[in-house]
Amino acid sequence: MSLLAEAPDQVADDTPYDGLRLRSVTKAFASFTAVDGLDLDVPRGSFFALLGPSGCGKTTTLRMVAGLETPTSGSITLAGQDITYAKPYRRPVNTVFQSYALFPHLDIFENVAFGLRRRRSADVKTQVHEMLELVELTSQARKKPAQLSGGQQQRVALARALINKPEVLLLDEPLGALDLKLRRSMQIEIKRIQTEVGLTFVHVTHDQEEAMTMADTVAVMNKGLIEQMGAPAELYENPRSTFVANFLGQSNLIEGAVLSRSADVTTVDMQGISVSVPTGRTHTDDAAGWVGIRPEKVLIGEEGEALDAPGNTIPGGVVSDVSFVGVSTQYLVRMPWGQELQVFEQNTGRRRRFAPGERVELSWRPEYAFLLDRSQDAGAGAVAGVLA
Amino acid sequence: MSDTERRRGKVGYLLLLPAVLWLGLFFVVPFYSLLATSLFDQSGSDFRGYEMDYAFGNYVDVLRDYWQPLVRSLLYGAIATAICLVLGYVLAYAIAFKAGRWKNLMLVLVIAPFFTSFLIRTLSWKLILSDDGFIVNVLQAVHLLGDDGRLLATPVAVVAGLTYNFLPFMVLPLFASIDKIDHRLIEASGDLYAHPVVGFFKVTWPLSLPGVVSGTLLTFIPAVGDYINAQLLGSTNQRVIGSVIESQFTDANNYPVAAALSMVLMALIVVMVLVYVRRAGTEELL
Repeated sequence: MSLLAEAPDQVADDTPYDGLRLRSVTKAFASFTAVDGLDLDVPRGSFFALLGPSGCGKTTTLRMVAGLETPTSGSITLAGQDITYAKPYRRPVNTVFQSYALFPHLDIFENVAFGLRRRRSADVKTQVHEMLELVELTSQARKKPAQLSGGQQQRVALARALINKPEVLLLDEPLGALDLKLRRSMQIEIKRIQTEVGLTFVHVTHDQEEAMTMADTVAVMNKGLIEQMGAPAELYENPRSTFVANFLGQSNLIEGAVLSRSADVTTVDMQGISVSVPTGRTHTDDAAGWVGIRPEKVLIGEEGEALDAPGNTIPGGVVSDVSFVGVSTQYLVRMPWGQELQVFEQNTGRRRRFAPGERVELSWRPEYAFLLDRSQDAGAGAVAGVLA
Repeated sequence: MSDTERRRGKVGYLLLLPAVLWLGLFFVVPFYSLLATSLFDQSGSDFRGYEMDYAFGNYVDVLRDYWQPLVRSLLYGAIATAICLVLGYVLAYAIAFKAGRWKNLMLVLVIAPFFTSFLIRTLSWKLILSDDGFIVNVLQAVHLLGDDGRLLATPVAVVAGLTYNFLPFMVLPLFASIDKIDHRLIEASGDLYAHPVVGFFKVTWPLSLPGVVSGTLLTFIPAVGDYINAQLLGSTNQRVIGSVIESQFTDANNYPVAAALSMVLMALIVVMVLVYVRRAGTEELL
């Protein structure tokens, strides 16, 4: 896969890799292929997120790493050891399950101690108490899981997996069952714990905000394959496919024809207006493409108003919808070619709010634009992203 | 307390009423009558009537004369229950976790024997275990049984019959318990370094205990009192307590002895059940 070729730690397959490595992993079920020739390197000690809509194969990938599913083909290595076919109870991997899967007949202490006892670890009591302290549940040690709140159960599930100090800790949509506020605080909590213990975390989620907040590397999965992988900011600022552009945040995608290509800039005829896109953000070799721009990168001004945006100015817009959402005002602007573009303007208080029907001019700095393959669906990932 | 709550309370009592009346009429009253009969004078008869003379000696007589059938019944019941538990657990586990789309069909098959009369089913075991039947012939051929060895009229036949007849009572509660277990808990135990066998004893078994307790009770209690299996498949030399009680009531017409035996049996079972439930430590699960 091309994204691996560009990875800095790219090495020959026979060199031991100290992280988690998947090579052409495929999982085919009777009626469909969930994961299709997946290659993945998760560096040791990183917080890695597998992000994608439901059914994209991310949970199946996780279950294969945990040993709960066996790959149809391909290999999985962990710290240089081949674990492709190792039994789940024989691999140094622990999972925080989606619905926690706490043992209802055991109290919190025994739930957390379960893994240690199976491996006949010494000093169970001290270790469990240390772990309960880390997740701030010391006072709940003798309660049963059903007596705890959702957030507390979540922390028990985390403690029960963490205490075994696995090579890789897997988190399967761990915050899905919590309400929004609790989810936000748990995101910070889990990130704190990961930094503190320094273990490799692989986090599966369909929530792009969660992935971007917590992970240092995000892999966006779609239809059993990885669409793009990188640091959250890199994925967000420079998406390579319409799916990533829509699934991570929102994007305006406008049809255009390439006029010229030079060493550092591609010039595109976008509905009669010449706009430029940096070469490093040009992701198609074809004559046509989608010019992409994030709504918050678009500036909105009165007709003829000279805004601080040399290069790409698009006149002739009419405001069709205005929603005030506190931190920003979100506009829908109907363009001369009929398309509605989204514009988010920060509410600094220094600029007036436009009203529906007003004629406006949009502009953006060329370095924020990106150019995507015209053959991709401009709506890919959008609905899933909104629903999530 | 609000009006709706008070009304709900009344409705609750109203719903209890039919069962309370039924049990009061057909359990509490007969129980009192049985208790009274067990203390009647043994010299009485149907013709002359009985006298209440608080004859606690009846109990001493009964225990002295019939301790053997009593112990035998408890033993048969316990062995049949143990075999039912092993067979039933494996079956219920397979139906709950492995049967997939055959689950419902297999459950129907478990209950299917009930469509035939209990007597017919027990009588057919006479054929299965008969002296020139297939099983006895095979066992004789492999010298597990002597040439004149037999199964019919032995404790083996009685226990086999009890096991067969009461197996569904074991399987159904076990199935209900095992089927409820979240499969992810078993996955979690494997994820936490438990070998599948260890995972079974640490997770599946404790979570199925409510089914184990109710299954064993539903099997053990009727198996101890049953005398059809012993009469049809057992020997007259090895009577069980049920048939002693029956003959005391019907043939000997010794009501006080029959009643005292019934009381002893009931008390023994209640005590055993209480001890068992306590030992199983499942009060909060039940």
